[in-house]
Amino acid sequence: MTELTALTIAEAREQLKAKAFTAVELTEAYLAAIDQANPVINAYVAVTHDRARQMATASDARLAKNEGGALEGIPLGIKDLYATEGVHTQACSHILDGFRPRYESTVTANLWADGAVMLGKLNMDEFAMGSSNETSFYGPVKNPWRATGSNADLVPGGSSGGSAAAVAAWLCAGATASDTGGSIRQPAAFTGTVGIKPTYGRCSRWGMVAFASSLDQAGPIARDVRDAAILLKSMASVDAKDTTSVDLPVPDYEAALGRSVRGMKIGIPKEYRVEGMPEEIEKLWQQGIDWLREAGAEIVEITLPHTKYALPAYYIVAPAEASSNLARYDGVRYGLREQGKDIVDMYERTRAAGFGDEVKRRIMVGTYVLSAGYYDAYYLKAQKVRTLIKKDFEDVFAAGVDAILTPATPSAAFGIADQELASDPVKMYLNDVFTVTVNMAGLPGIAVPAGLDAKGLPLGLQLIGKPFDEETLFATAHVIEQAAGRFSPAKWW
Amino acid sequence: MTLIDTRTPEPKRLIPGATGDWEVIIGMEVHAQVVSQSKLFSGASTAFGGAPNDHVSLVDAAMPGMLPVINAECVRQAVRTGLGLKAQINLKSVFDRKNYFYPDLPQGYQISQFKQPIVGEGIVTVAVGPDKQGNFESIEVGVERLHLEQDAGKSMHDQHPTMSYVDLNRSGVALMEIVSKPDMRSSDEAKAYLTKLRSILRYLGTCDGNMDEGSMRADVNVSVRRPGEPFGTRCEIKNVNSIRFVGQAIEYEARRQIAILEDGGSIDQETRLFDPGKGETRSMRSKEEAHDYRYFPDPDLLPLEFTQAFVDELAADLPELPDEKKARFMAMGLSEYDASILVSERAIADYFEKVADGRDGKAAANWVINDLLGALNKAGKGIDETPVSPAQLGAVIDLIKDGTISGKIAKDLFEIVWNEGGDPKAIVEDRGMKQVTDTGAIETAVDEVIAANPDKVEQVKAKPTMAGWFVGQVMKATGGKANPQAVQALVKAKLGIEE
Repeated sequence: MTELTALTIAEAREQLKAKAFTAVELTEAYLAAIDQANPVINAYVAVTHDRARQMATASDARLAKNEGGALEGIPLGIKDLYATEGVHTQACSHILDGFRPRYESTVTANLWADGAVMLGKLNMDEFAMGSSNETSFYGPVKNPWRATGSNADLVPGGSSGGSAAAVAAWLCAGATASDTGGSIRQPAAFTGTVGIKPTYGRCSRWGMVAFASSLDQAGPIARDVRDAAILLKSMASVDAKDTTSVDLPVPDYEAALGRSVRGMKIGIPKEYRVEGMPEEIEKLWQQGIDWLREAGAEIVEITLPHTKYALPAYYIVAPAEASSNLARYDGVRYGLREQGKDIVDMYERTRAAGFGDEVKRRIMVGTYVLSAGYYDAYYLKAQKVRTLIKKDFEDVFAAGVDAILTPATPSAAFGIADQELASDPVKMYLNDVFTVTVNMAGLPGIAVPAGLDAKGLPLGLQLIGKPFDEETLFATAHVIEQAAGRFSPAKWW
Repeated sequence: MTLIDTRTPEPKRLIPGATGDWEVIIGMEVHAQVVSQSKLFSGASTAFGGAPNDHVSLVDAAMPGMLPVINAECVRQAVRTGLGLKAQINLKSVFDRKNYFYPDLPQGYQISQFKQPIVGEGIVTVAVGPDKQGNFESIEVGVERLHLEQDAGKSMHDQHPTMSYVDLNRSGVALMEIVSKPDMRSSDEAKAYLTKLRSILRYLGTCDGNMDEGSMRADVNVSVRRPGEPFGTRCEIKNVNSIRFVGQAIEYEARRQIAILEDGGSIDQETRLFDPGKGETRSMRSKEEAHDYRYFPDPDLLPLEFTQAFVDELAADLPELPDEKKARFMAMGLSEYDASILVSERAIADYFEKVADGRDGKAAANWVINDLLGALNKAGKGIDETPVSPAQLGAVIDLIKDGTISGKIAKDLFEIVWNEGGDPKAIVEDRGMKQVTDTGAIETAVDEVIAANPDKVEQVKAKPTMAGWFVGQVMKATGGKANPQAVQALVKAKLGIEE
């Protein structure tokens, strides 16, 4: 019998139904893998052994009666920003120390309703602010991938670094993640996994610790395209508690796999050929184009003229919303409190001690751009840019383009504690250059592994789709996956 | 917002200073709690009272990941209020975040409406007065806007020696902020505006208007100037919680500003607090200390949009408002004074209409205003606590009308009904209060009074108006039950006084 943790969700699902093994056995295999690997990888900030076993036992009872949901008995890792009742929920921030909500997020509640098993809470950049998972209060996550012949630790990307690393290292069958500017797609690309950020409004944000409300969206990271489709089907729903969620039926995404791309128009935006882009990324992109053309898709060059303004506009809108969203962490009602001589002193001490540098930086930027006298020049202008970016995409889709192919990231995974990046936050922000446009426009985007670079590190491609047309993304990503194959790191931990 | 001067300075409203006359300019921001079962963005109860933090949802406490969901009833109430203020209803409005830190503001921001409120410009017609002649002056006060926003919780600093407590029961309760234009020119006008506004809200049932419970509060903007000059620098007096205090605060503040200006000083724009104990305002924070609220559209809420049909439906269901009611009452023959008093509260108007139904309106108005409201006022009771029902009061009036009792007996009857209750007609029967119309019996009484008072008979010959004295004596002798008209006629006939 193969190692249980090697199975994809689709494979495990069939074998659980066939009673080849039990949900408890599968869960135990993952818990053992986590206990062994986590001290090194640091993907989990809380492992819920007891709850996992209880949930698996309940799944076995349902499976025994040939009942059970779409994810019955499938062990998942949950990003630490999803509220999980009675369980560690801190968005990996010190300021939420000891916070255990009395409520369950809509997305995780949907997963449990479909029979999934919770293994624990996954590491992430603090409040989802970061591209390397180094801003977590719980320390960096190590990428399960290493360059050929090197022992240097690499970042798994961020902010869903724990989710991506746990999926790549087989420490869960699949994971929830979230994406505000690329936080699903960039770590997926850095770890050879598949990550999809669905259309804004596809998943409920209720019970997700907010970073930037108009950009945040839940999505899965999985080992392959099929697993991502299975997970998103369960996560997505309209929700009366989130009025920005959209009341559209959730399609059977898995059914889109195998759909032909023949006759489909794939747009290649010329603005994504950024200066200084490594040749390997160029080559990978061309490879993706060739695969899709060979599969019968029509390749068209397109223009998204406002692309270059997306990153600066994003780094105004996202911090502005964050500065307000994070105001509730004031030491009054929950989480960390540092006593002070009066209320203002208490606020200041609590927030000084509770937030890390990157979070503070963004709160300050956000506060500045919303200030009287600066609002029009920054926030209002950024919102206008956002409208133009959205229109760029609308024009392209109106002209008949079905999906857009771009690189997922401008580079492969980089080293932990990279001095150059640490000294210049803007360089770190450039990681999001291909992904933020999608959040600004509210569109769905998927990152799919397409190959390895010369150092043996995974690289990903991104597909961008029309609003609520995730099916086309799954179908097209599946074509790339079929051509490129799947990638797993050699175990060193 | 550009301030437009809508009024012409009038000498009677000016405040005399040491160096000449001054004009006071007043604008008001009224916070009115919306009547609704649940809060503006959560399902928690809005009930007044309750133990601290009894009515708090996860949203109100700003737990991580919680999202606001707009309460449709609050939207309806705001639109109804807008219609009552004859204001423009905006089919699209936007909720913004007003950011500041305070322990009783759990989100760290208040969800409000900044640039695009749900209701735009409107108008309130205010009757100021009455003056000594009983006349009212009608002025129009412009409404700048009405917007929906969340109330904050309450900090309690007196519960523990070193800690403050926070009660979030009010956190998230819906408020309407109704902003007037700077159209008022005296404390009387300001008080009349607030009274009228409260009356409109109560008629609509969109705010209970109970200022002592905090469900209605006023921020008053006051400035002074020489008549004819541009607006002066204003001070904002925060959270004044009674109509009387609004008057006091304005009087004090206007005089304070005049004194500074007459001393050659200048007014600093600032926020002030009214101290009801001392009857004065004091500085709370200066313009420099003012918060930068960093307003921006709340990304958790889509713009609020509804159709004109939705507005029309609410408009069709609107109750008759005080202005329309007053006009109708005056058309019934009531004076403006009487009509104004009757419409001041919807419950009084309703009471009056029940009494007036099928009866003389003027008589009904007199009884309601002079007797019922007088008695209620004396007893410190509201109209909703009246011991005399409209049917009972109506019966009293009917008994006068059909000649069963005299007006004087009716007053006694009213007092009996007030104190003991019961059917007025039955009381009159049981206690023999019917007036005597038997001419024989009255004649005997008249004869007796004339016989017993020969000196007065002499006097009345010189002064015929003294006949009233005889009428009084006869009424007294008959225990007030004799028909006064009959007594009068007989007295005059027996004394030989010409009609």
